[in-house]
Amino acid sequence: MSASTYSTPQGLLEPAIGPGEEQLLEISMGPQHPSTHGVFRMNVVLDGERVVRLKPVFGYLHRNHEKIAESETYLGSMPYTDRLDYMCSITNNWAYALAVEKLAGIQVPERAEYLRIITGELTRLQNHACLLGFLLQDMGSSGTPLMYAFREREKILDLFEALTGARMMCNYMRFGGCRVDMPAGWLDQAKQVVADFPKFLDEYEQLLVSNEILMERTQGVGILSRELAINAGKSGPMARASGVNYDIRKVDKYGIYDRFAFRVPLGDHGDVYDRYMIRFLEMRESVKILNEAMRDIPDGPIVDPKMRIRGFRPKPGEAYARIESPKGELGFYLISDGSPNPYRYRVRPPSLINLTVLEDLCIGQNVADVVAILGSVDIVLGEVDR
Amino acid sequence: MNLETIKSALEANVPGCRLEILANGSPSAQHSLLVDGEHAFATALFLRDAATLRFDFCSNVTGIDWPSKEISEKVKVKKLVDGVEQEFEEVRKTVTPGYLEVVYHLFSQEKKLGPVPLRMRTRDRDAGVHLPSLTPVWRSAEFQEREIFDLYGVIFDGHPDLRRILMWDGFVDHPMRRDYLDPDDYEYEPTAHDEVLQRANQHRSGAGGR
Repeated sequence: MSASTYSTPQGLLEPAIGPGEEQLLEISMGPQHPSTHGVFRMNVVLDGERVVRLKPVFGYLHRNHEKIAESETYLGSMPYTDRLDYMCSITNNWAYALAVEKLAGIQVPERAEYLRIITGELTRLQNHACLLGFLLQDMGSSGTPLMYAFREREKILDLFEALTGARMMCNYMRFGGCRVDMPAGWLDQAKQVVADFPKFLDEYEQLLVSNEILMERTQGVGILSRELAINAGKSGPMARASGVNYDIRKVDKYGIYDRFAFRVPLGDHGDVYDRYMIRFLEMRESVKILNEAMRDIPDGPIVDPKMRIRGFRPKPGEAYARIESPKGELGFYLISDGSPNPYRYRVRPPSLINLTVLEDLCIGQNVADVVAILGSVDIVLGEVDR
Repeated sequence: MNLETIKSALEANVPGCRLEILANGSPSAQHSLLVDGEHAFATALFLRDAATLRFDFCSNVTGIDWPSKEISEKVKVKKLVDGVEQEFEEVRKTVTPGYLEVVYHLFSQEKKLGPVPLRMRTRDRDAGVHLPSLTPVWRSAEFQEREIFDLYGVIFDGHPDLRRILMWDGFVDHPMRRDYLDPDDYEYEPTAHDEVLQRANQHRSGAGGR
């Protein structure tokens, strides 16, 4: 490809290759590249196989979610939050509900808190399982690992379908609680799924964790230092793989997370392999939380009886609330001017902010490693582009 | 650690900075710190590096548009009519100028503090939309400031790579502003009627504007 200015859907880009750099090759990975899991593009400049520069290009899925939400009522945006990170709709609902509850000072009943923890941790299990499958698929182990992961995900999506009526677009949370209670027999079914889950983890671990090819491809690749991880706002498993001991479930103790005994796994190399292993370990911790929550869940109402859904107008003010979503810190920032729709509605997208250091991680690596590095960041384009 | 302590520490260490604590009326009680543009960079550096504060994690960066507001109030005015003093009611209009605001939600991972919303305001919404970029202080602001530039039109001086991020490069205007109008990229229907016909006629006559 020549070093000329060319037109793209994103407009005119300056040539990435300057004078005297004619040996370099500029390629466009995406927006249809399978490793991007959606419509995302990386403008990569290569010297042979080595990455010299990499510029991510966003916006192919942009629909200005925030602007639309500003013309909606507070509750009207709830189903739309499902479409942000469409793998984890329940945690999106949770973050938004938490922000509105902070803004308006709404209390959540005990049973609803437990339901939130159960559904939220199930979401984490299926997200992490899928991520591992996708990562391996991207690195070339075609089919099997992804299908194993999807087999487990199906079981959890079946649970979501029985509970909320939808497999992916759950629209489950309400301000001050949850939308529906568990149907008869749901808890036993969920207990069974969670009880079987460690078997899947053992199987997966046996197959892959000490796999030599996997270790060759991932160890020492895409190293992120602890300092850069904090300064660049990395959150979730990506930050913890670099040794940043920061889990919002532990720090903020939102909901009732302070009642559960779980540990925060940390990595020490910050490479792709650590980011991969962190997900394994987090799933084991989630299983612990789920077992405790499903044992202790009390009876009671699932939504605050004082909460009025119609004509909901919070007092003027603002609130920022965040949760530990499977991707990282998912935050919602709301400003109310006393009207039925928010004056400002902002989503803090962990996927987008975790991509800030993509270029830093990829420079000096082979072009094939870019795929592994991007896979280990764990992005969903619905959330990156909003 | 409350905002008053942070404010007095900043006033002692960043000479000349003008700070203001903005109260938040909602039950969240997240009060914020407003800083002037000239001293924002030094303030941010101090917040990040001061041993007692260590706000090392800038989580969320976002923009807010506050268009100019016209407030009309009725005022009673006394006037002399034919030598007799009479009271009249007059409508007086005051215009508060609009501005763009940028909010940084700061956390301290080391001290487990936060969120502290740090705010900056532009002079107006037209020419004076320049603010210092805090990306050199917190790298996490890089894409988020690009997004604010793209959607709100705040120009961050000192940003390493200030380009549009979500909209395409040839796009004009800033979609998240409150007074944004949809562009006239209108495609007429073969059997246009009612509102569609009206827009089609506008489009053909060139009166669509944008």
